[in-house]
Amino acid sequence: MKASFEPIIGRYLNLDIGGTPHRVYVEEAGQGTPLLCLHTAGSDSRQYRAVLNDPQITAKHRVIAFDLPWHGKSSPPAGWHTIEEYRLTSKAYVAIILSVVDALELDKPIVMGCSIGGRIVLHLALDHPDRFGAIIGLQAGAHVAPYYDTQWLHRPDVHGEVCAAVVSGLIGPYASETDKWETLWHYMQGGPGIFKGDLYFYKIDGDIRSQIARIDTSKCPVYLLSGEYDYSCTPQDTLDAAELIKGAQVTIMKGIGHFPMSEAPEQFLAHLKPVLEQIASAR
Amino acid sequence: MIETGSMIETLAQKANANCALRHRGRFLSTTFLLQVGATNWLITIANGEVTAVTKGPFVMPTWVFALRADSESWAGFWAAEPKPGFHDLFALIKHGLLKAEGNLHPFMANLFYFKELLATLREQRPA
Repeated sequence: MKASFEPIIGRYLNLDIGGTPHRVYVEEAGQGTPLLCLHTAGSDSRQYRAVLNDPQITAKHRVIAFDLPWHGKSSPPAGWHTIEEYRLTSKAYVAIILSVVDALELDKPIVMGCSIGGRIVLHLALDHPDRFGAIIGLQAGAHVAPYYDTQWLHRPDVHGEVCAAVVSGLIGPYASETDKWETLWHYMQGGPGIFKGDLYFYKIDGDIRSQIARIDTSKCPVYLLSGEYDYSCTPQDTLDAAELIKGAQVTIMKGIGHFPMSEAPEQFLAHLKPVLEQIASAR
Repeated sequence: MIETGSMIETLAQKANANCALRHRGRFLSTTFLLQVGATNWLITIANGEVTAVTKGPFVMPTWVFALRADSESWAGFWAAEPKPGFHDLFALIKHGLLKAEGNLHPFMANLFYFKELLATLREQRPA
């Protein structure tokens, strides 16, 4: 095998978020319409490797993926060890995304997020439609009811590997072993309590059921793509959300689970590219 | 419909032949109850090895935790190509088809082990 670099460039961005200094890891590739990618709970931007490496997409898009603070190679803020419990809130999540958009001077980026990212893009479409060219929600629903006790995700007598074990079944059964275990590796590397803290947003604070019908797709187009094997955000959850958002377009991705971009990259790109073309033609 | 009784009796043979699974469970010793419809099984594990698979009924069974589902749900889980919602223990839990009860610490601390252990009973996909 001949050694080669991928076209992805990774850098650290120093910026204030809500008045607090942060060091955020950002990867990007390509030129053109900005496409900002948001990873799932307890994981990081490596999930978007296939999108960042796709020459067809990067020929027309500046693809950007960053690790949320506390995730991947982004540091937690100074003094993190004094915080009793990490919890992601809707307000903080929106502030992080808008701060990164501002710092990178992105003009109406397309924002694509998966799971918690798929939920927060609905918040962005609702509250900040003028800031984004379109939203793409992967595994996006308005709410997920708790179905297991998340205390198991962060306690000293259970290894943090449990986070990967909990989500392993969310991957579709036809994913390659390589892509499946790469996706799970990201979960095994999450900081203690971070997946659990992200789920506070996903299962409690980020519930958008009562507001979702107010999303105006004439201001910010909405595309929702969900894998059929996802039992966290089920296809029906996505269809229910789309039913309430007038003009939202839905794709149910057969054979795929909760992590389309990393568990089944080729199949996912085949679903994503027509959506990007549709957004480009309307832009 | 799968004949689950004889299939579950193959659990020790299938699980113990899997070196990676035994290694994953090397710190695990427990007994759990597996309920498949009206039939109960006690499954004992010592250092990751399945040492006993005992079919009920039992008079005074002792177990640390129990996994209970009806026959149809387990048949869905053990199908060669499980349908969405039947492909993982947590999918069954999410849909209310599987009840996990008792002291769940060994189950959760060894979740990869138990998911894989029970999946060893899955029918082989046709070539």
